[in-house]
Amino acid sequence: MTQLALVIDLNTCVGCHACVTSCKEWNTSGEAGPMVDRNPYGAEPTGTFFNRVQTFEVGEYPHTQTVHFPKSCLHCEDPPCVPVCPTGASYKRPEDGIVLVDYDKCIGCEYCAWACPYGAREIDEQQKVMKKCTLCVDRLYDETLPERDRKPVCVLSCPTSARIYGDIHDPESEASIAINEAGGYQLMPEWGTQPANHYLPRRKVKIAIHEEDLQRVDNPLRKEDRGPRAPSTRTTLDDSTSW
Amino acid sequence: MKPAFSVIFLTTLIGAGQGLFLAYYSAEWLVALNMLAATPGNYSAHAALLSFILMTAGLVASFYHLGHPERAWRAAAMWRTSWLSREVIALPSAMAAVLVFALIRFGGFDYEVFSLGKVSVSLSTLAGFIGVLAIVALFTCTAMIYASLKFLRQWHSPLTVLNFFLMGCASGFTLATLMAVATAAGPFGYFCGMAIALTLAASLSRLASLSRNRRLRSPTTLQSAIGVHHPTIRQIAQGAMGGSFNTRAFMHSYGPTVVRMARRGFLLSAFLLPLLLLIIVDEGSLALCFVAVLLQFLGLLVERWYFFIEAEHPQNVYYQMIS
Repeated sequence: MTQLALVIDLNTCVGCHACVTSCKEWNTSGEAGPMVDRNPYGAEPTGTFFNRVQTFEVGEYPHTQTVHFPKSCLHCEDPPCVPVCPTGASYKRPEDGIVLVDYDKCIGCEYCAWACPYGAREIDEQQKVMKKCTLCVDRLYDETLPERDRKPVCVLSCPTSARIYGDIHDPESEASIAINEAGGYQLMPEWGTQPANHYLPRRKVKIAIHEEDLQRVDNPLRKEDRGPRAPSTRTTLDDSTSW
Repeated sequence: MKPAFSVIFLTTLIGAGQGLFLAYYSAEWLVALNMLAATPGNYSAHAALLSFILMTAGLVASFYHLGHPERAWRAAAMWRTSWLSREVIALPSAMAAVLVFALIRFGGFDYEVFSLGKVSVSLSTLAGFIGVLAIVALFTCTAMIYASLKFLRQWHSPLTVLNFFLMGCASGFTLATLMAVATAAGPFGYFCGMAIALTLAASLSRLASLSRNRRLRSPTTLQSAIGVHHPTIRQIAQGAMGGSFNTRAFMHSYGPTVVRMARRGFLLSAFLLPLLLLIIVDEGSLALCFVAVLLQFLGLLVERWYFFIEAEHPQNVYYQMIS
């Protein structure tokens, strides 16, 4: 069974919000849109977003790290938002594990939002239906797009490649390898929702550089004396070397 | 959680309607079984009609909660998994059964279907029995909508179901007491006694859930929410400047003083004062009964408001500071 998901590397995310703006741009004009804004140019802009980047400061000054934390629907393997939906508008696709909302069936009762511990869903103020990250399902299978573009737009737009997309049930996928090798983890594991999206932790990458790596201690030119030198008037074997 | 006023009115209004019908219907059975002295005049049909009106008012209030009320019929689809869907089936069923009960009685086309010993079971009694089943199912469904959400730990308890049942019945029996006084008919003693017992039971059950909720600690922390295991984490941006659905739907802006006053207010108005009034009223004290009903209903509105305020949604840990 396939479970498509994102693996987000907190070690490389620089908090540039490129994923936020590209998500909004793609989805507001796509089949999940419009994602309306209220007061977009005023002092208190607000609107529908499927993805946001939050920032946290970890530690106490001066020993602090800034962690940028992109947050969107985690496409849980046991999504608590799906069984509570009274109309069946909220569903998890069996073929690829993406959790979606059928806007034509949604009655806007907000019960699924109450049931999601992550706060991943929001009511669109204009359409009055529940909206959330679709994992860009309208790109993934679009054969009019070049194959390299059949990915969520947030993944394509990330300048530091902090977002990895793939099937986490396939142990050979880039996403699974990243989870296994870089210590990928799930959010709020205490609720047993088994989020499909994983996060990679902050990690210090250090390499040990020794003096010998920079300067060869056994450099023959330095260690030994000058080599034998033929008289400059004599023809040498290779006709050129003269040392 | 932010209090949803449509849901506050829905649950309190239908609770009173359900309790009122249970009061009059149970009184009829007790009279039929000779466990209660028969009284002249029968206002069960009027009570059923009032119960129907209260449940209709609740249903109307619930529509204000929906983004697309015109699609509300779809909500009956997922009854296998969703308590909300089950409520959407139980509420109209209860309303229909209660209305049929009232119409049979008002229309006068009641007849005996069969008899249990000396007790004659008529068509309306059967309709009423279906109504009772639907009402019990409705109490369960309404409460389970909240109690089934395991992340909202303040709601995720059998006490929630007990509270909804007891508070609905208490307000219904208090209303029945008022009706018995106003019509000068019906078993005043039974209604008033039951109203006292149910109000007392509801207050104890609510106090139990208040004390349970005071001791609750959420297993969700900022550490588990973002997966960074450091004791000191401070949010410096939540990704939106003017707030978002996350800050509007799951948080309330009431200060601790307001919340504390509301808690004391509903404990007084929904439980203690009606209890005292019900103890002192007799068959003639119409005004006092009216005050008791009014105080209790207002108190239960505040109680339901507090029920929302009390619930702490785990997603709030992601929204501690705007920027």
